[in-house]
Amino acid sequence: MENVGVCDEFVNLKATELRLGLPGTEDGGEEERQKVSCCKSNKRAFPETEKDIESTGKTETASPPKAQIVGWPPVRSYRKNNIQTKKNESEGQGMYVKVSMDGAPYLRKIDLTVYKQYPELMKLLENMFKFSVGKYCEREGYKDSEFVPTYEDKDGDWMLVGDVPWEMFVSSCKRLRIMKGSEAKGLGCGV
Amino acid sequence: MNKALKFPMNYFPEEVIEHIFDFIASHRDRNSISLVSKSWHKIERYSRHQVFIGNCYAISPERLIRRFPCLRSLTLKGKPHFADFNLVPHEWGGFLHPWIDALSKARVGLEELRLKRMVVSDESLELLSRSFVSFKSLVLVSCDGFTTDGLASIAANCRNLRELDLQENEIDDHRGQWLNCFPDSCTTLVSLNFACLKGEINLSALERLVARSTNLKSLKVNRAVPLDGLTRLMSCAPQLVDLGVGCYENEAEPESFASLMAAIKKCTLLRSLSGFSEVASVCLTAFYPICENLTSLNLSYAAEIQGNHLIEFVQFCKRLQLLWILDSIGDKGLEVVASSCKELQELRVFPSDPHDEEDNNTAVTEVGLVAISAGCPKLHSILYFCKQMTNEALITVAKNCPNFIRFRLCILEPNKPDHITSQSLDEGFGAIVQSCKGLRRLSVSGLLTDKVFLYIGMYAEQLEMLSIAFAGDTDKGMLYVLNGCKKLRKLEIRDSPFGNAALLADVGKYETMRSLWMSSCEVTLGGCKRLARNAPWLNVEIINENENENGRMERNEEDEREKVDRLYLYRTVVGTRKDAPPCVTIL
Repeated sequence: MENVGVCDEFVNLKATELRLGLPGTEDGGEEERQKVSCCKSNKRAFPETEKDIESTGKTETASPPKAQIVGWPPVRSYRKNNIQTKKNESEGQGMYVKVSMDGAPYLRKIDLTVYKQYPELMKLLENMFKFSVGKYCEREGYKDSEFVPTYEDKDGDWMLVGDVPWEMFVSSCKRLRIMKGSEAKGLGCGV
Repeated sequence: MNKALKFPMNYFPEEVIEHIFDFIASHRDRNSISLVSKSWHKIERYSRHQVFIGNCYAISPERLIRRFPCLRSLTLKGKPHFADFNLVPHEWGGFLHPWIDALSKARVGLEELRLKRMVVSDESLELLSRSFVSFKSLVLVSCDGFTTDGLASIAANCRNLRELDLQENEIDDHRGQWLNCFPDSCTTLVSLNFACLKGEINLSALERLVARSTNLKSLKVNRAVPLDGLTRLMSCAPQLVDLGVGCYENEAEPESFASLMAAIKKCTLLRSLSGFSEVASVCLTAFYPICENLTSLNLSYAAEIQGNHLIEFVQFCKRLQLLWILDSIGDKGLEVVASSCKELQELRVFPSDPHDEEDNNTAVTEVGLVAISAGCPKLHSILYFCKQMTNEALITVAKNCPNFIRFRLCILEPNKPDHITSQSLDEGFGAIVQSCKGLRRLSVSGLLTDKVFLYIGMYAEQLEMLSIAFAGDTDKGMLYVLNGCKKLRKLEIRDSPFGNAALLADVGKYETMRSLWMSSCEVTLGGCKRLARNAPWLNVEIINENENENGRMERNEEDEREKVDRLYLYRTVVGTRKDAPPCVTIL
């Protein structure tokens, strides 16, 4: 083991002194340090996260994005990029959302900004997936339809297409799913 | 006493000794053999066909060829591991060209080349394709710098090509006709993987290639291959053992889906499945007929498939040995894996939401990890990304799985303590190293003090690679590791308070290691300079990406107390490399 020599400005000899005891046994207070939950003062600071914590439930606006540390978490860039592109695709120009239908092996993507109101959207979906959606009524949703159009909103909840005003729908819809009528019973305002 | 009786092996003819050496494949064993005697060194040199070089700057191509003139298979690794996470500038180095150039000039009979984190150019690929008549196998992992034009050269000129395996490379896709470049006479392909290519490919060229490659065992296609294309491919290659699936986003009729299922049913030899980067959940169901045969399943890119569908599928894969999956499978899903996949040896759980942007609660926790450890007795390798962990869970895992060789745990939030007790995770990781006596690779995370490194130094006797981030309190932490882990080869540290005292305490240690990486730590320029002076057989590289030439010159004279942003040092027999970019200073 190469000796470093006497103390100098680069090397603090005491710091290198290794003894049999566990770290901090001479100092005391080590036990307390273990219980400290987060940031320690001798650590290099990394960007703090600032998240609004709502006591009364969800807010209208999305929480501010957490500050990102370079190269963290340690996921290969290639992998991150591959998962990232999917997110970006639905948040970019136009409002592209994926549409899936139960039982169909393929997904489609549509641009919601192209449509002005629900009937146009419904017509497109019916043509694309070859089904018929029947009439929407506020209380009972798409009663007696074999297939029911639903969507996932920004909060992660699954809603019936048509429940909220069109503009609100376009701004909150993350993806569409054409569910089997039997599965959609739990959704809708009336229930 | 007759010497021949006492040391019989020395009197065997060379050919016999060489034949015996043929049975020894491990490069470490061969290195040991070559140290026995001069004659063994000579015999070993000429009979060595496979060489592994863990750091391309540790040796030069010329010296390699001088020592092993009969080289046939070469593995080279370039950039340091943290380059995978954008911590190394793009132009840092790791160029393939000098190697191909030297091998070509020396007329080495190269047959296989495996590269990881190297910069490969189209020019190099072209030279490669023209220089080695018997070239059979090219495997590129996490490389960059080339385009599909380079692939076209390989396809066109390598007459005996058996393997072209491109894993997670950044390839400039010129959407050319590189697949067309395989001549009709090429029928020797055994493995073809182009999953990482982003562009369109010539489907009919691919189909013809697959149809005439009767030995094809492994095929991994990219997103450009639609559902019915895949069906046709599988129909001409029912002998496939390993399949990487593309994208099912294009429109398809129900009949197409039925045809796919029929083709899949015929692939009774299929054991390994991957891809699925843009598919509806339902597509996975097409593979139900063969899922019981699967030993390897990589769904880690299948961001579209929901957790419940993953679970439904995996529960039938009773023979799985390797599973790579996203955390959308959830703890419940891992419990299903634990009860269904009793042969599991390697598990990787990747984060579907790495930056926690979606506030979802479906990620995995310590519960899933414990379940897996309890249910899968053969588990020896794990990579686990999660949001929270406890010491109790880690201690349980350590008890359940004393056979871990690789244990990598990444808690997404740095410095996060045990979420129940608020203590550091020293005890949990301590239990892991104490129990897993064969542990070779370890990555730690969460709130950690110097104590965890005391444990690692004390117990991790077989540890070869250690990754540390946001951990430790003082230099003692790093010293415990350097002094204790006798077999340590690679140490990589970021954002931890280790400084010059630790760096300089035992300079000789670095001769026994491949490399050391330290970024955002406490080491200073002065400390690094002193290290470089005391260890001329080390390359000590300082990487300062934001420095221009002038800035750097000023700094050098000014302040040796300046903290070094990124330090990368490695042993080498060929001194300072000549190809370092301006942002890299070699002391």
